[in-house]
Amino acid sequence: MLLSSLYVMLGLALVLGILLGIAALLFKVEGDPLVARIDAILPQTQCGQCGYPGCKPYATAIANGEADINQCPPGGDAGVRALADLLGVEYKPLNAEHGMPKPKSVAFIDEATCIGCTLCIQACPVDAILGAAKHMHTIIASECTGCELCVAPCPVDCITMQPIAETPDNWKWKYPVIPIKAVSAVGGNAS
Amino acid sequence: MNRSPYVSDAPSVSVIMFKVLLALIPGIVAYLWVFGGGIIVSIVLATVTALVAEATLLKIRQRPIKPYLCDLSAIVTAWLLALALPPLAPWWLVVVATLFAIIVAKQLYGGLGYNPFNPAMVGYAAMLISFPIIMTKWPAPLTLAQNPLSFTEQLGFIFSNILPAGVTVDAVTSATPLDYLKTQLMLNHEISGISKAPIFGMFGAKGGEWISAGYLLGGLYLVQQRIISWHLPTAFLAALALISLVFYGADNTHYANPVFHLMSGASMLCAFFIITDPVSGPTTPRGKLYFAAGVGVLTYLIRVYGGYPDGVAFAVLIMNMCVPMIDAATQPRVFGHEK
Amino acid sequence: MINSIVNFASKLLGSPSTAEDFYRFNGGVHPAEHKQESTLKPIGKLPIPPSLVLPLRQHVGYIPKIRVKVGDYVHKGQMLAEAEGSVSAAIHAPSSGTVSAIADAIIPHPSGLPDMCITITPDGKDRWVDLKPIDWRNTPKTELVASLRLSGIVGLGGATFPTHIKVRADGKSGVHTLVINAAECEPYITCDDMLMREHADEIVKGMEIVQYLLGAERCIVGIEDNKPEATAAMRAACSALPGSSVKVVPTLYPSGDARRLIHLLLGTEIPHDKRSTDVGIQVFNVATVRAIYRYFTFGEPSLSRIVTMTGNVANPQNFEVLFGTPLQTLIAAAGNAGADTTHFIMGGPMMGFDLPSANVPITKAANCIIAATPHMFAAPPPAMPCIRCARCADACPVNLQPQELYWFAKSDNFEKARDYNLFDCIECGCCSYVCPSNIPLVQYYRYAKSEIIAADKAKEAADLARERNEFRLARIEREKLERAQKHAERAASAKKEEAQTSTGDAKPAATDTGTQASAAADDAKKAAIERAKAMKQAQTENDTPAASEAQPAKSEKALAAKTAADNDPDKQAKIAAAIARAKAQKLAAAQSAADNAVAAQAAGDSAAEQTKTEQSKQDKQALIAAAIERAKAQKLAAAQAGVTPKNTDNVSASVKAEIEKIDAIREKAHIADNTDKT
Repeated sequence: MLLSSLYVMLGLALVLGILLGIAALLFKVEGDPLVARIDAILPQTQCGQCGYPGCKPYATAIANGEADINQCPPGGDAGVRALADLLGVEYKPLNAEHGMPKPKSVAFIDEATCIGCTLCIQACPVDAILGAAKHMHTIIASECTGCELCVAPCPVDCITMQPIAETPDNWKWKYPVIPIKAVSAVGGNAS
Repeated sequence: MNRSPYVSDAPSVSVIMFKVLLALIPGIVAYLWVFGGGIIVSIVLATVTALVAEATLLKIRQRPIKPYLCDLSAIVTAWLLALALPPLAPWWLVVVATLFAIIVAKQLYGGLGYNPFNPAMVGYAAMLISFPIIMTKWPAPLTLAQNPLSFTEQLGFIFSNILPAGVTVDAVTSATPLDYLKTQLMLNHEISGISKAPIFGMFGAKGGEWISAGYLLGGLYLVQQRIISWHLPTAFLAALALISLVFYGADNTHYANPVFHLMSGASMLCAFFIITDPVSGPTTPRGKLYFAAGVGVLTYLIRVYGGYPDGVAFAVLIMNMCVPMIDAATQPRVFGHEK
Repeated sequence: MINSIVNFASKLLGSPSTAEDFYRFNGGVHPAEHKQESTLKPIGKLPIPPSLVLPLRQHVGYIPKIRVKVGDYVHKGQMLAEAEGSVSAAIHAPSSGTVSAIADAIIPHPSGLPDMCITITPDGKDRWVDLKPIDWRNTPKTELVASLRLSGIVGLGGATFPTHIKVRADGKSGVHTLVINAAECEPYITCDDMLMREHADEIVKGMEIVQYLLGAERCIVGIEDNKPEATAAMRAACSALPGSSVKVVPTLYPSGDARRLIHLLLGTEIPHDKRSTDVGIQVFNVATVRAIYRYFTFGEPSLSRIVTMTGNVANPQNFEVLFGTPLQTLIAAAGNAGADTTHFIMGGPMMGFDLPSANVPITKAANCIIAATPHMFAAPPPAMPCIRCARCADACPVNLQPQELYWFAKSDNFEKARDYNLFDCIECGCCSYVCPSNIPLVQYYRYAKSEIIAADKAKEAADLARERNEFRLARIEREKLERAQKHAERAASAKKEEAQTSTGDAKPAATDTGTQASAAADDAKKAAIERAKAMKQAQTENDTPAASEAQPAKSEKALAAKTAADNDPDKQAKIAAAIARAKAQKLAAAQSAADNAVAAQAAGDSAAEQTKTEQSKQDKQALIAAAIERAKAQKLAAAQAGVTPKNTDNVSASVKAEIEKIDAIREKAHIADNTDKT
């Protein structure tokens, strides 16, 4: 009696396993490969702060399990959470060794000092610097990701990072913070 | 800080809860008249316990106490629970039920607005499962009891389980009509014979039907005041009436008539006060109809086929579980959209 | 069918509403109207204010291009800024005077941030520019639309959408019904009411023009039933325009929302992803059509509007206000605000916002200013948790589920918020109005919408950055391949040449000029690095803030132009020669230097060339490394000294000469200067 129930259970497991396997093959959803999905979450700053030369290499490293998910400061906390969500791993705070999130800035070349050496052009990962040898260089502000890779190579140190100013154009409504007490709320979460 | 809109015209949560308490008063008055003053003790006990429990938990959770106590939602839970529990229940039963309802079913989920289950029903169900014998010991209506207890005697019974000399518990308590109906039907008696028992009044339970009438009155007041919408009570009563009508029509010797079901047990209390708890109920109009209909059908089925005489508590809890699904499935059509 | 039952029932009950057949939308609320206060007097006229501050951003779309400069005298109606592109509107001078400033000033915007404004000091003479009325009946429609683009007319109901775009008859889907929005559903606001009472005829004449432009068959004026005088005036005026009618709708907020009004009047629900013109309906505000009438008939561009000044002022009233009028002028004209006024609200109490101060100008969007006291608009008690009562859903005119949107917005769950149609929300405030827990629902939706829009923009930018990065990597690969190919060809042809001509002076010659050019380039680079070093030293020596020195430095540069240029002819000549040569052989120099390095390694060429190239390369690298070290040291020193390491400040005369020379080259090439940056 015991044996027959065992056989039944085994048989059931076998049948269901086969069914699941067939379903996995037949109804397979062609999604993006994992690297592309991770890359879609990364902010594409191409700054290298994660330790990899760009966002795609970092995405590949994460997919291969070589890199942790908390190495991208420009992605911020939201980026780490999104990666944790995608990969089904625990969220962990940003690794301070790789830098801290900074307000979004855009590089600016001081044209009076620029010597036209093209070192910054070669450094820019998204070709956001317009110029040529012996010609004035300038940053195309709308393309600049704020990666700061151009600042170090400049021999005359003419590149500065300028935070993007808040204008009525790009101003955002803030998260409503309401005190839940008539006096200042200390220690309690706003509702 | 930008605060538009700068004006508002909404009754606050405490005003809404206060009106609900007002609407319970006709029912409570009827209760007093039918079962004597013991109910007041339950209500007072429950209220005090609820407020103390809520204040303690708010303190532990580091929330401001005054606004949450003043919104009267704990008191509403306490009164509903007190009205659902047997009037001569021991004091500790009322206290435990209220503690369970406020602490476990409400505060541990996050307090006002976050509980997925109706706290009063959770407290009631917990007691029903833990102390089934006590929960079925309802007193007989004063007019029917062999030895109707005075108020002080009821007090004594509630607090110290002491009865006047020569009075047994059986003389004081009796089965509720639903309970009696169930046991008699199991003994294969017929409705026509059962309904001749003195416990049955004109429509429902003797005395109990007056209480239900009181709840009905209070409920209509709530609808008129737009505290609750018509969807929930109408759908519940209609569903309950409909399903009992179907069974009664099929076999009127073994199933009670619809009016009996509507006017006995906690049907009216449920229709206007229990399922209308906004926090644990659905938010869409169609969803409310489905939810209330579900509660009605389940109540009837539990009454007839289930193990408990009144199925309101479990029906409500089961439908509470379905509320997120109901909400998601009944989203109304947005202006300018096809669906 | 339900509508007819409702109508029948309401007729049976003898409801006092004068509404005719209308269609209902879900929800809506009835806030206290407060309209009587400001309709007791006719529209007042204001004296010309002491200054007119005109923000460039008074409409939806691109900022117009400024066409005047400080000091210019302008006439009334003269164009100050021209519309930029299609979705833009012009700014005109509301009165004659002098342009006294073009600078940032506080604008009436919820952010309180400043923006670019043109300030005019009126001379009091109110001199008109030459006005050119247009005979619209005998002018082609395309010309009329083009002319409207120059008129500065934008939607005066508050949306400020450039009007010329709305009257474009694309020919795609003909507009058959013109709806005139006279509902004015928000409390306190009465500017349209007074306009209709006093200028109904002008409005109807404007309707005629717009109807003609759109080719619409009929024209319906939608008006709420709390405006009996205006209704009578409009009815009387509409009798002169065949095809036009006035339809009264019951007073309910927000009947004045364009899509709600269309539904009320015509029973049509505009699909959420389409415009009303896609179903043949266009909506205009009464003030806008009147402005169109005045523009074509008298040539008057958009210079003023009716503004309701109400609330805690001595004499609430409507005024005809020139754009740019300071708010204080308006407050004074209404008898001054009471002492207990805490702030001013622009708009109505349901959708308006706090003005950052009373120091703001009246813009095209300002339909009403309310002087607010804590008594009038009491601060709401602290918000309680949502009790899921769904009163907000009952009140929402768009039939959304505000409580769901609230939960999603609160927890930053923006994807779900978008799925639940957050962007259909018109921010009317009905939900917050009825919330028993006093939750500021509209603030959450505004926050969520801002975040979603910003996230979408960031995603677009990220996708673009990814593309550019991938293209760059591909380009580098391609260039490597090309170089390798070229080198292979060169090596092959070099071998052939060597075999042919035993002297083999072709290559050395090429390399010679190459190295000469690279040497010249090195010299020029050295010179520039020296220049930068000099500047850096000057900076650390002086240790003055960079900003204040920039201007005098620049003017000094200009003064020292001619004289200093002669100081270092040798250096100049060298640089000029190097620049010329580098320009001519720019690519060749870079390539041959690289080629040389590769060729030297791979083909085993003469050691002399190899060492020369390598030497020059090493020199170059050493120089650059040295310069970088210097720059880093200077930067560190400056940072430690607490000075921002900036590069434009005190420079020596010789360096100034260099800079001036290069500036002169730039001037010639017509490169725009920094002040054009927006």
